[in-house]
Amino acid sequence: MRSVYIAGHNIITSLGITTAENMAAMEAGAIGIRMTSNPRLFPTPIPLSLVDSGVLEEKFEAVLAFHKKTDECSSFTRLEKFLIISVHEAIAPLEQDFRDNRTLFVVSTTKGNIDLLETRSASLFPPKRIYLWEMARIVGSFFGFANPPMIISNACISGIMALMAAFRYMKSGLYDQAVVTGGDILSEFVISGFQSFQSISPNPCRPYDAGRDGLSLGEGAGTMVLTTKKTNDTEKHITIAGAATSNDANHISGPSRTGEELALAMQKSMTEAGLSPSEMGFINAHGTATPFNDEMESKAIALAGLVEVPVNSFKGYWGHTLGAAGLIESVASIQSLKNQRLIRSAGFETLGVPEPIRVIASNEDKEISSCMKSASGFGGCNAAIMFELK
Amino acid sequence: MEQVISAYAQIKPGQVRVNGRIEYSDENFITFAEFIKPFFKSLNLGYPKFYKMDPLSKLGFIASELVFKQLNLDSYDRKRVGIVIANSSSSLDTDIIHQQSISNRSEYFPSPSVFVYTLPNIMIGEICIRHQLRGENAFLISERFDGRLLTKYVNELFQQNRIDVCLTGWVDLLKEDFEALLMFVEPGIWEMNAEAREIALPFSEKTVNELYTIM
Repeated sequence: MRSVYIAGHNIITSLGITTAENMAAMEAGAIGIRMTSNPRLFPTPIPLSLVDSGVLEEKFEAVLAFHKKTDECSSFTRLEKFLIISVHEAIAPLEQDFRDNRTLFVVSTTKGNIDLLETRSASLFPPKRIYLWEMARIVGSFFGFANPPMIISNACISGIMALMAAFRYMKSGLYDQAVVTGGDILSEFVISGFQSFQSISPNPCRPYDAGRDGLSLGEGAGTMVLTTKKTNDTEKHITIAGAATSNDANHISGPSRTGEELALAMQKSMTEAGLSPSEMGFINAHGTATPFNDEMESKAIALAGLVEVPVNSFKGYWGHTLGAAGLIESVASIQSLKNQRLIRSAGFETLGVPEPIRVIASNEDKEISSCMKSASGFGGCNAAIMFELK
Repeated sequence: MEQVISAYAQIKPGQVRVNGRIEYSDENFITFAEFIKPFFKSLNLGYPKFYKMDPLSKLGFIASELVFKQLNLDSYDRKRVGIVIANSSSSLDTDIIHQQSISNRSEYFPSPSVFVYTLPNIMIGEICIRHQLRGENAFLISERFDGRLLTKYVNELFQQNRIDVCLTGWVDLLKEDFEALLMFVEPGIWEMNAEAREIALPFSEKTVNELYTIM
């Protein structure tokens, strides 16, 4: 079995369009969730984490120019722009060529170009652009990738599942490299749906806090470039060390009562990585800040023997970015691992979950060699992935 | 070690087949609902949750029931049963319903019981709830049925010892167009009884594509 190293990465959120911008903003304690009055998205003001359209368009023009493309900006949807910028930022600094058939291209999204279902946007693009495979094909062909995209749409664990799929295929030798990207945009479709569940907080979300009262929605994209070849032998590298999924088999829109199934995914990923709970630097959990999700996660963390391990959620910074979340938050986690620095769980003050988990209350330097990223989603799905610095 | 298909079910407009044999046919229907409801009733499953599902989940659920009916699920560790399903149109059928419910401000009525089905993997969740299956899941999207995509993903799960058995296939539905092929995949024929051995087919890209083509 071969090792899988992380060679490149990008994050696009309300806090910035590069990994560095996002990490600097988090270090400074910036919160990207803001009260937004946009009747196209929602009839009344609501806290959202939105990517600035002006910044997006300007960056996209630059990416088109870099790749000597003659296409108009307007021939790509908002999500396609997110993904193209994100992939560009992740691969541009690297020397490797990604257009050979040993490179896997994976795309994760929950809703793709769902804004095209709105009548006012529909006429701007061919009808088939609503299909996830067409959206992914547009992005892949922009970069000239040889293989057709592998597309994963598995609710809020999509991003982790995309990394996991690439990891497994590379581990067994089917591919040498992978470009794994994921994104979702905020639309009237998604906001109205979560609002109908009454799961959106009137304020920026507060994962694991006693006063938490719901999630905040965000949009964005994340990309990770994986390779089976070490770039050099002297520096330490970050690897994907294990990953697993599980299903609650309990409820389609509510989490497990016990957390047993998320714990199962966590344990399987640790076993594969050959790491024990005492070796775990931190857990970047899902932490949506809905009462039930965070409660279930605390139980799962305890069941998996991880109650002593520092925990954070990044959703207090940029909200829940749905199909992008697993990728965006994995990239931020590996930066945390690389920088040997634990990041505060934004919005957290007083523990409000049943198990005494150690939520990270302030930024702190710490010697760490591994971390876990986990997520859970509608349909009862759970996922966990392990990263190791070695 | 080569995996085998030990049971499979196919559903298309007008016809339901199990292990290749016609189980049910009805050419006198106009909508998917008209086709699937009488068939569901004829199965006598006593599972009222079915009526709350969206059409895509109903289609996948029934196909999975037809497969599981052939086996004794108690003989497997339910934490080691995988489910890997793909389709082309994701949850677009229900996406359209949700969009209609918000398209007019004077008739704005988004419903959580519709919105929850705007994710294709909810179908997998429904199947897991029905049979208490807790293993590896994945929902994949491809433009057309892709035997290579499915066999590659599922064979990796077997080779890396992440599952013991797997339900896999294709469940696609948009308005009145629908097709389902679900297969139960096991590690080999050694544990099977004589009858099961007779049905068993190799779980290869070629066989899977053939099963889809002859639907």
